[in-house]
Amino acid sequence: MKKAGKLGAAIALTGLMLFAAACGGGSNEGTNNKGENKPASGTDKKVTLGFAQVGAESGWRTANTESIKSSAAEAGFDLKFSDAQQKQENQIKAIRSYIQQKVDAIAFSPVVESGWDTVLKEAKDAGIPVFLTDRAVDSKDTSLYVTFIGSDFVEEGRRAGQWLSDKFKDADGDVNIVELQGTTGSAPAIDRKAGFEEIIKGNSKLKVIASQTGDFTRAKGKEVMQSFLKAHKDIDVLYAHNDDMALGAIQAIEAAGLKPGEDIIIISVDGVKDGFIAASEGKINFIVECNPLLGPQLMQAVNDFLAGKEIDKRIVTEEGVFTSEEAKAALPDRKY
Amino acid sequence: MVKHHLFWPLTVLGALLLFNLVYSPAFFRIELRNGQMYGSLIDILNFGAPLILVAIGMTLVIATKGIDLSVGSVVAISGAIACLLISKGADQNAFGLVMLAVAVALALSVALGIWNGLLVSVFGIQPIIATLILMVAGRGVAQLISGGQIITVNSETYNYIGAGALGSLPFAIYVVLIVLLVASLLTRRTALGMFIESVGGNPTASRLAGIRSRAVMFAVYIFCGLCAGVAGLLLSSNVSSADGNNAGLWYELDAILAVVIGGTSLNGGRFYLMGTVIGALIIQTLTTTIYIIGVRPEITLVVKAFVVLIVCLVQSEAFRKTLVQRFKMRKYPLEQEVKRHA
Repeated sequence: MKKAGKLGAAIALTGLMLFAAACGGGSNEGTNNKGENKPASGTDKKVTLGFAQVGAESGWRTANTESIKSSAAEAGFDLKFSDAQQKQENQIKAIRSYIQQKVDAIAFSPVVESGWDTVLKEAKDAGIPVFLTDRAVDSKDTSLYVTFIGSDFVEEGRRAGQWLSDKFKDADGDVNIVELQGTTGSAPAIDRKAGFEEIIKGNSKLKVIASQTGDFTRAKGKEVMQSFLKAHKDIDVLYAHNDDMALGAIQAIEAAGLKPGEDIIIISVDGVKDGFIAASEGKINFIVECNPLLGPQLMQAVNDFLAGKEIDKRIVTEEGVFTSEEAKAALPDRKY
Repeated sequence: MVKHHLFWPLTVLGALLLFNLVYSPAFFRIELRNGQMYGSLIDILNFGAPLILVAIGMTLVIATKGIDLSVGSVVAISGAIACLLISKGADQNAFGLVMLAVAVALALSVALGIWNGLLVSVFGIQPIIATLILMVAGRGVAQLISGGQIITVNSETYNYIGAGALGSLPFAIYVVLIVLLVASLLTRRTALGMFIESVGGNPTASRLAGIRSRAVMFAVYIFCGLCAGVAGLLLSSNVSSADGNNAGLWYELDAILAVVIGGTSLNGGRFYLMGTVIGALIIQTLTTTIYIIGVRPEITLVVKAFVVLIVCLVQSEAFRKTLVQRFKMRKYPLEQEVKRHA
């Protein structure tokens, strides 16, 4: 009996929710129409943008947040910002509240790839365009979002591989590479590895002799590198999927009495401040930048879309590569 | 000999080392580099030091039938506060500044231990829930202290704690030895050890017998917090930076595993400090072995789980008995059959 009662309550509640959702959809359609007309009729009302950030887990992310806040102010947007503290449910909550507040556009960096279909559908039904930044979602239905603005991790791997391949074009013997992978299963780790392998396949002398995860952290980077140094006597190159692991590995290399950057060539991805400092000291030979400053590109895309312009489904952020010398020159101007 | 509580943990550790000896003899090579011993075995001791410390504290908590899930967070907090203080200093190498940072970090760890002790022994909240609060909140506190950033320090003095060498051995090893010595002396040379075991066996009976159960419980949580704090200092000083997000992540689980491998029962009432130390060494040796033989990262956890499963099965007396009986039973019908045909 009790069970039936609960079931009944659940059904009633679901019905209520459906009803509420239907109402919400109806009233939102009106605002959406207004929204579409707005840019044409004049820019007297500010564009409201809801942004659901992942969290503040690294210097990279903080720079990303800063960029979005400052460029939103510059573009004259009314920015509603929320910090999900690395939890998907918090992000979904934030997006739902943006839908209720009837913002003009929603942008977010998904914590994980999957599980977004329902909430994105809700946004779509409410007629609010969604912009993905930095990370993608795995939804089959690409009509759920307008565009994905972010780095191309595979391309980052390719750039790292290309520099290495050029540097050891005329090498006599084998070049032994060790790789410190990011968190197992994460998109940057998978793609940076794939892009790198794709390029170095072209040069038969380049050999990856060991590859292990360092979880994107300094402590693990150091621990794994220390084991690599003991298991393999002839390491020529280290390829780290982010700066922090490279920084940990540098400490391990120094502890082994070797010179990072000279005895072992180091390539790393990201370009955070500490990484740049190490590069300017010659300890990292090559950094492939993963640019967090995508705020201006996001604002541009939002403006273009609201003005009714066609925009690409994929916008790649502008990113550079830096050798030690270039890093030294660029260091004073780095924002993160 | 088989009955000795250290027999099985030592056998497993020996088997792991033997595997390494066969796989790569260089594993056991130790040489001097920059006046510091250098080799895989030294690495295991050095990187295993924080885990051993946390596990020693955990052993005493588990001996009182409790559990402390917050150690990982305490590790992160202690490292974060120490690095923050040092990074704010004018001269990061100043001995006084580093000592102050260490003192503040340890005081904070003790305070967190007191918090846990308070919840468990005074308010009577179940240990797993009481410490879960700090496990979740503590990570937030660590991020609050570090401002969500990785704090990098450039202090040779601080770096010495986790990466320096004293008489060609890593300084961290001495820290572990001191804590282990203090814990062993306090629990085995005074009545304290018996009090802990008795409280773990039955707190009410212990109280009626004249032991201040609450005080004993309070003390073990404080000690556990302190151990985690020291481990946090070792970890952060080893890499000269504090990462509020990742430092000590899942340490509580590794520590509990080390305690269990060492032969201490989760039901409380009995504990083996040396067993715990060997348990932690087994975990660290396994990790290092996986790096050296180059297991693909995708299946690393499976390999680890498999080895841990074997370790636990080998330690289980019931499993060993079943195995022996099976073996005997299988032989029995075979002999019979041979007889019949003859």
